[in-house]
Amino acid sequence: MRKHRVGSRLFIGLIALFLYAPIVVLIVFSFNATKSRTLWAGFSFEWYIKLFQDSRIMSACTTTLLVAVLATLIAMVVGTATAIGFSSMKKRPRSFFLLLNNIPLINADIITGVSLMLLFVFMGTALAGFGRIINHMVGTSTGFHVQLGFLTLLLAHITFDIPYVILSITPKLRQLDKNLFEAAQDLGAPPWQSFWKVVLPEIRPGIFNGMLIAFTMSIDDFVISYFTAGSGVSTLAMEIYSMTRKRISPEINAISTLLFLIVLLLLIIINIRQVRQDKTNARPDTMLSAIDTTEEDSAPYPTMNA
Amino acid sequence: MKKRGLAIPYIIWMAIFVVSPLIIVIIYAFTNETGQFSLEHFQGMGLYSGVFGTSFFLAFVATAFCLLIGYPLAYVLSRESPNVRKISLILIMLPMWMNFLLRTYAWMSILESNGFLNRFLVFIGLPPLHIINTEAAVVIGMIYNFLPFMVLPIYSVIIKIDHKVIEAAQDLGANSIVVFRRIIFPLSLPGVLSGITMVFIPSVSTFVISKLLGGGMTLLLGDLIETQFLGNTYNPHLGSAISLVMMAIVMICMAVMHRFGEGEEEAVLL
Repeated sequence: MRKHRVGSRLFIGLIALFLYAPIVVLIVFSFNATKSRTLWAGFSFEWYIKLFQDSRIMSACTTTLLVAVLATLIAMVVGTATAIGFSSMKKRPRSFFLLLNNIPLINADIITGVSLMLLFVFMGTALAGFGRIINHMVGTSTGFHVQLGFLTLLLAHITFDIPYVILSITPKLRQLDKNLFEAAQDLGAPPWQSFWKVVLPEIRPGIFNGMLIAFTMSIDDFVISYFTAGSGVSTLAMEIYSMTRKRISPEINAISTLLFLIVLLLLIIINIRQVRQDKTNARPDTMLSAIDTTEEDSAPYPTMNA
Repeated sequence: MKKRGLAIPYIIWMAIFVVSPLIIVIIYAFTNETGQFSLEHFQGMGLYSGVFGTSFFLAFVATAFCLLIGYPLAYVLSRESPNVRKISLILIMLPMWMNFLLRTYAWMSILESNGFLNRFLVFIGLPPLHIINTEAAVVIGMIYNFLPFMVLPIYSVIIKIDHKVIEAAQDLGANSIVVFRRIIFPLSLPGVLSGITMVFIPSVSTFVISKLLGGGMTLLLGDLIETQFLGNTYNPHLGSAISLVMMAIVMICMAVMHRFGEGEEEAVLL
């Protein structure tokens, strides 16, 4: 029995090595004194200093974070409302809409990307034509256009973020005792208040999970952004992609190390808080059940696109 | 039941941003540059049968490896204590916070002819390997990037298996091999099927991994589609046709697989 344990730990360790080897390489070489990505030339903070002077990378970083934050927040609101709406539907329409909701998750990223790109281009031409007619009639010269840019990028991210939020809230709603909501109303709470005080606390872990997954997906996405952002704006991933043709500047290693460490720190803080909370009120929910959902109630699956 | 109305905005959103883009792809695929109905892009598809072959083959190999590594990992994890489980799952998810392009790029430093792997091999007295810019490198990149998508669904299904069922089997005299073969594996099939889907689809459609680790030597479907939309051979009609054929083949594969797996779960099929 003991031997068995050792064997399985060894196996887990080997996988961890496989998963983390490239990340360790990236972090270590963000401190390299030269541009080489394989030869160690000494410790330096050079790339971290250069990073903050590089306006291209800083603006790509801002775009990435801004899109991820906005898309996550919008997805949270829309996703929560929709999940509640779906849960009060009859089985048939509900499973149909959940199937539609799954499309962006199951579909290959590249197809989501190019199809949205075609949609935006089509909208652009349609709107331009419409604008010409309007301008002609009214005699103005207002510009009507949809160009690939920040807005289309954001729309695309919202589109692939909402399904994650819905999928992680749906199982929580299923567990929810329907009578609670009615009981609150019987006791005189207006619907809004019964939602706020009764339903929301119950589904909050699901909302947090959904946001965490959506945010992760937004930050990590390259393919869909690549097709929908156009040439004007770029995210960190797109910046990295355009660099791969020559050589990636270690500044990118530096910014990625920083983002990675910030996230790691956040996760640790959340976890510590959660452990403390568990100790005080012995109620295991909150954030990191992004991982727990997979255990207890698992939204159809921890579906994530890559 | 006013609550149903809460779903309406998103239903409209889906109609605009999920359904109509796919309809546009279909329209593009069946028309030519002048906007007339045409099948020319499908007729010329035979030209790319080699690319289709390579893509599906490499995706198949990567999926098989992910299953071979991912299933035991999910199984082993499910038997660990809650704390080890939690930490291990975080460790599996965490790499996603480092941009996937960059992680793939880091594999270049590892696999290169004078990269870390070969230096290590030479150090322990073995001959160096030539991996970078081959199909093997592309497959390694796919396994690396998509392994979590195999582990998580399988794990989430195994962990939910009722322990009483296993105990009942043991009480009835089943040894651990029989328990696994007759109880755990059949019950974990839905997770396996969704894991396979989650790995196969991104593998077959990737263009980044083949570009970085295959060094442009291995042309995959993703590369082909990408060049039709953003590359130098701009032709969205052909690109849409290729996308459509790829989707159709993937859907057929998945449908067959689900029939095979007795169609236990409805959630995955497109």
